[in-house]
Amino acid sequence: MNLRPALPSLSRFPESFPATWRDGLNTELAPDAVVVAWLEVDLDERLNFSRTCIVLCERELLARRADSAQWEHWPLHDELRLGHFDHAGIGTLELYDLQQRLARWRYTLEQNLAAQRLIKLFESQRLAIATGAPAPIDNNDVCPNCKAPLPPDEDECPICTRVEQTPPSTWTLLRLWRFAKPYQGQLLAGFLLMLGSTAATLVPPYLTIPLMDDILIPFHAGQHIDPAMVGLYLAGLFGAALLSWGLGWAKTYILALASERIAADLRTTTFEHLLQLSLEYFGGKRTGDLMARIGSETDRISVFLSLHLLDFATDVLMIGMTAVILFSINPSLALVTLLPLPLIAWLIHLVRDRLRTGFEKIDRVWGQVTNVLADTIPGIRVVKAFAQESREAKRFRDANQHNLEINDKLNRTWSLFTPTVSLLTEIGLLVVWGFGIWLVSKSQITVGVLTAFLAYIGRFYARLDSMSRIVSVTQKAAAGAKRIFDILDHVSTVPEPTRPIHLENVTGAVELREVGFRYGSRSVIRDLSLQIRPGEMIGLVGHSGSGKSTLVNLICRFYDVTDGSIRIDGVDLRSIPVAEYRRHIGLVLQEPFLFFGSVAENIAYGKPEATREEIVAAARAAHAHEFILRLPQGYDSLVGERGQGLSGGERQRVSIARALLIDPRLLILDEATSAVDTETEKEIQRALDNLVAGRTTIAIAHRLSTLRKADRLVVMDRGLIVEVGGHDDLMAREGHYYRLYQAQQRHAEELLLEGGAL
Amino acid sequence: MSDFTLSRNSFGRLVLITNDGQQHEGVVAVRAFPIAAPDEGVSLVSTDGHELAWIARLSELPDNEQTLVQDELAQREFVPEVKQLVAVSAFATPSQWRVNTDRGATEFTLRGEEDIRRIGQGELLITDSHGMNYRIPDLFTLDAHSRRLLDRFL
Repeated sequence: MNLRPALPSLSRFPESFPATWRDGLNTELAPDAVVVAWLEVDLDERLNFSRTCIVLCERELLARRADSAQWEHWPLHDELRLGHFDHAGIGTLELYDLQQRLARWRYTLEQNLAAQRLIKLFESQRLAIATGAPAPIDNNDVCPNCKAPLPPDEDECPICTRVEQTPPSTWTLLRLWRFAKPYQGQLLAGFLLMLGSTAATLVPPYLTIPLMDDILIPFHAGQHIDPAMVGLYLAGLFGAALLSWGLGWAKTYILALASERIAADLRTTTFEHLLQLSLEYFGGKRTGDLMARIGSETDRISVFLSLHLLDFATDVLMIGMTAVILFSINPSLALVTLLPLPLIAWLIHLVRDRLRTGFEKIDRVWGQVTNVLADTIPGIRVVKAFAQESREAKRFRDANQHNLEINDKLNRTWSLFTPTVSLLTEIGLLVVWGFGIWLVSKSQITVGVLTAFLAYIGRFYARLDSMSRIVSVTQKAAAGAKRIFDILDHVSTVPEPTRPIHLENVTGAVELREVGFRYGSRSVIRDLSLQIRPGEMIGLVGHSGSGKSTLVNLICRFYDVTDGSIRIDGVDLRSIPVAEYRRHIGLVLQEPFLFFGSVAENIAYGKPEATREEIVAAARAAHAHEFILRLPQGYDSLVGERGQGLSGGERQRVSIARALLIDPRLLILDEATSAVDTETEKEIQRALDNLVAGRTTIAIAHRLSTLRKADRLVVMDRGLIVEVGGHDDLMAREGHYYRLYQAQQRHAEELLLEGGAL
Repeated sequence: MSDFTLSRNSFGRLVLITNDGQQHEGVVAVRAFPIAAPDEGVSLVSTDGHELAWIARLSELPDNEQTLVQDELAQREFVPEVKQLVAVSAFATPSQWRVNTDRGATEFTLRGEEDIRRIGQGELLITDSHGMNYRIPDLFTLDAHSRRLLDRFL
């Protein structure tokens, strides 16, 4: 039985197959065998780092350890199984048949995806051998860079991105050009102004030459001071100062304006892009991190552009121009003046580097201090309840003490820094003085030239310190830019359709066809098919982790399915514009989220143009009207983060009113009543009954009693539908649902008993 | 024709008689949108908090009932209009404010900046530490001194 045509032995290996294993294997394999999949595990039996290659062909599995020359063979047959599990970062792959374990391989989880792929292909080859049908061709996506299989729900390869954790390159900053481009006119104007103002600042030292040589020195030699000449030179000095003031103001203003706008554009673009990303991107604890990226990182870039980069460019321009002027006056003195410059710059940089590591350390310690605060203040009720105030105070004092010690240490270097810079500057001046006096004594230069030189270098030695800062601020800004572009480069995993289909009237018929979804490497939903009629109420039932919420997320298109399709009124969700589709969905979550604003605004969140009558009607239907009237400012009362405190049940009813107002065809209730007590639940349930009427409803509920009204119950277990039917029907079957129901009944009775005993 | 009749009894309480003859004493009138639309949506609520009648628009009522409701609302509503800020004790909250209102001079404590709520263009609602509201109808018509004081809190 030949599954694939025999290929020439050259191409029997996949492209990426490592050459070290290739040679020995060539003779091991049957002449027509082709490597279907392979895996190089990196641990041996006793968990030492050592490589083993596992190779899957059509009819056998082979493996060889790096320290052995012998390939082991296991011919595939129907009873052979390949299983895996992982624990504490180490995966285990086991080969066994019905009687015993045949082999075991261990690997670090870096190879997990490849291992799963191997298992998948192993299964399909084994089935092919068992049934005689050809194995399906593996069409798994692979990363274009490293040829590793891609996780199905991500567009970037986890292996390649992990490699990219290198320090961000300064070149990332160049990518900011995209945002700078609209302001290129302003930037150019700013640059020209900078050129002008820098040149203007260089005029006054130059004027010291004639002031010295033509006025002051001749005066000492007994000549008269000509007031007209003095007036002219002083006017020149004043004019230059005035010019550099004006130009400097215009330059700083224009460039600061432009850079602030660049940062604002960057911020808006990033936030808008972020809102388009799929829900998956927001998972976990990334909120703070994302907030920091959009807030402070853009600000850091803005400060970098408007302040540091600007100063640096001015300084470079000044040093360049000064060097030109100095060389044009006297090349040899210019050489002596400029020679110590690189040395001093290097010394300053050295000290700064040391300071920087110190400051970074302070940042981390500071983080510890704020961590104590962040722990204690939100948990203050627990702290007080257990009377642990003094312990928390001690924790804070310790962190603070540590902070103090680190600061003391750094301050020793830090306090040395400024005096050191001035010392170096003085030494530089000293050299110029010495050499200059020598040149004057040889009559090679005039006194005026020497004073001009001293005036010039005094200026840019002072700038060296701020110039040395550019290295670290550039690195920081580049890191910030990289973090911003990380967001901007992320492509939504829920893409907009290229040729959208617009739905006019939605009836609410939902069809799931062989839907599969994997989260990372975990398969959450497998091969799920379900037809929901318009207006039908479906109750989703199952243990937590059985895939109920995932299914709902798929129906809302917060994620896209991995396999199969979801259709509404016969149209695939992926071909409907996302925002248009979501307008037809009303979502009531376990923990309703209220935005800061009035109650009326919160109810009208999905339909801002709603009239007050509509809002009141929705609130009435949601049984929220009366409690809203009891609030101090009725529908105008502020709720949300900083507003009026509403109880869980009240918030839930506001969110039900919100869903009612948009009059959706498809309603999704995700544990809408589980966060409240039984009494409140009844009230919410009445509100929900109004909401459900006439709409296709998919409800998840932990308490099975709340799903009494459902037309059909869908029982899920580990990503599969195990039972479908009405309550009585499912009870009669005595299957999964029966057991769930019994368990809950028992639990309820126990609670009752406990209550009675008390 | 409305489906209820309103009257005031000898105790000064509002009495509502619905069309089915039920009589409710001590009815309270509540505005649904006291800020956004004070004259739309007034609810008549029984003493135990349940809504008895809904008036979509006050002008729809017969004149005498309209006055009854207006009187009732006026009794409940106390939102002095701030005409002038005389002094504030500090620019950090909590801060004691001395103000002149349309109902006379008074003093109150502002607990935090977030208690000053912007309603519309230039309109502010200030809630003091006891939950009482003060209104500034147009911040731009205040005198310069008041505006300078207020600006520090906005």
